[in-house]
Amino acid sequence: MSTFYDEVQELRSRYPDERSAVMPALQLAQERHGGWLPEAALREVADALDVTPAYCVSIASFYDMLHVEPIGRHVVEVCTNVSCAVSGAQGVVEAFERELGMHVGETTEDGAVTLRTVECLGGCGWATVVAVDNRHRLHVRPGDVAGIVKELGE
Amino acid sequence: MSSTTPEIVFAGTDGGALTELDEYEKVGGLQALRRARAMTPDEIVAELNASNLRGRGGAFFPTGRKWSFIPKPDQNPRPHYLVVNADESEPGTFKDREIMLRVPFRFLEGCLIAARAIESTHVFVYIRGEYEREWEILVSALEQLRAAKHLGDVTLVLHRGAGAYICGEETALLESLEGYRGQPRTKPPFPAIAGLYASPTAVNNVESITTVPPIIEMGGAEYATLGVQDSTGTRVFSLSGNVERPGNYELPHGFPLKDLIYEVGGGIADGRTLKAVIPGGSSTPILTAAEAEKVTLDFDSLSQAGTAIGSAAVIVLDDRCCMVQLGVRVSQFYEHESCGKCTPCRVGTRWLTQILKKIESGDGTHADLDLLLDVGERINGTCLCPLGDSDAIAVASYVAKFREEFLQHVEEAGCPFHGTSSLDGIVAPTDGHEAHVGPAEIRRPLEVVA
Repeated sequence: MSTFYDEVQELRSRYPDERSAVMPALQLAQERHGGWLPEAALREVADALDVTPAYCVSIASFYDMLHVEPIGRHVVEVCTNVSCAVSGAQGVVEAFERELGMHVGETTEDGAVTLRTVECLGGCGWATVVAVDNRHRLHVRPGDVAGIVKELGE
Repeated sequence: MSSTTPEIVFAGTDGGALTELDEYEKVGGLQALRRARAMTPDEIVAELNASNLRGRGGAFFPTGRKWSFIPKPDQNPRPHYLVVNADESEPGTFKDREIMLRVPFRFLEGCLIAARAIESTHVFVYIRGEYEREWEILVSALEQLRAAKHLGDVTLVLHRGAGAYICGEETALLESLEGYRGQPRTKPPFPAIAGLYASPTAVNNVESITTVPPIIEMGGAEYATLGVQDSTGTRVFSLSGNVERPGNYELPHGFPLKDLIYEVGGGIADGRTLKAVIPGGSSTPILTAAEAEKVTLDFDSLSQAGTAIGSAAVIVLDDRCCMVQLGVRVSQFYEHESCGKCTPCRVGTRWLTQILKKIESGDGTHADLDLLLDVGERINGTCLCPLGDSDAIAVASYVAKFREEFLQHVEEAGCPFHGTSSLDGIVAPTDGHEAHVGPAEIRRPLEVVA
């Protein structure tokens, strides 16, 4: 029996109804599969929860942080909601585009970095907020972008 | 902040964070829990009623009253649940995150007291997936409380969201927590009667819950002397946008909005002038600069001004902000976050964005302006939850307050800002750049678990 299977059983035991474990199980599977959910990952979750893979896809596809298609090994997400937008977020987006040599919404050819804009990250007073692999960088300015991209290459 | 400002939520932090249990106990932490455990559930609810604490998530519903709707165990033998909504996602709002970072034990202490008030031994905290640091802090704090045997017979589960604004709506949150897609339910039944797993459930916001221990400690009547009538106590205001010193500020209800912006917040940044203020998160109607000068930050004053205190997220906009572009960006947000369950919201939010984009591009007509308001009217009150309404109401307020600017776009066949608006060129996730569009050939070894 696999470790993943056992870990999901532990997740199931936390909830009065085992179905509740689907989200933490998908999050765990995504972590184990390099940041997204290939078919094999969805099958493992389905087996461990005793549900169908189709059900797992229906849940995964609903949430912004669960990815059912390939995504870069690193993910850079720039908040462009109102507070960040009026504080210069677009300049930060464009600096990432220049530094990475691609448009927002794309992944570098080597699969290393995906750049996307996202809705409010809940850091409106610390604009511009950029999530780098889900870690929030605050007060990001265009001048900080080269350094962040360099870190990702290390 | 001035020294006369009473700190309730952040009391004892001295501007820092209390993330170790012994530090928290040194400033009087867990005293309220001990007191509450010597009280009956009804006595706890009575203190809350005396405090007139009203929900800090946005609806401003009296917390004590919400708890009193939960049936007694002999009336409904199913387990009772406390679910804490830590899925803070309303644009402009970032207070719950700072509360979890700086006073995690006061928050968890509040959970334990609230659980006792509704005779529950099961607490679920649904925390926003993007809040990774906050999650780690709560995991550590919970572990410390468990090790020191403070949890009693309560099981507290921290559950991570995965990126969906709609899950901040209480019934969508419950659906999500049960392992379904996070789509709102029909009400009634209300969660108090049939919430999580069809059992009696109280759903409360992080700030409301964190205010519970201080209320038990000082007494509800004493708490009610803070703030103003009908809006008692303090509030953690999230100040953002074009101000010198954005941030979270705990202030008494009734604080003048202009003082928050000009004194606490240091005034408008970059030497610009104030154009408008969104006072309670992006779903609340906008105020003009002149209106913002007059209101105070409480339920009554903002209601009389035709808006709402909402989540107390104050977004300040300077004279560079194009109101049509603001409408586009706000509408894009609601379009992106619509769960798709109700047709008026699913279709209407997208339609509003399209009409606003047309007006912004200079192709709009007077008829489009009428259509914009008409579409909004047809969303209002026709859906299971207020997400679509939020878009319609916000956009309608921009048109009502800045009609001249909308007309200028139509009559001059273009944006009067000519590319100089602070929102110019902003790329939203709905602008055709949605994620997962990387080259399909990305290959990486899959960690196949045998």
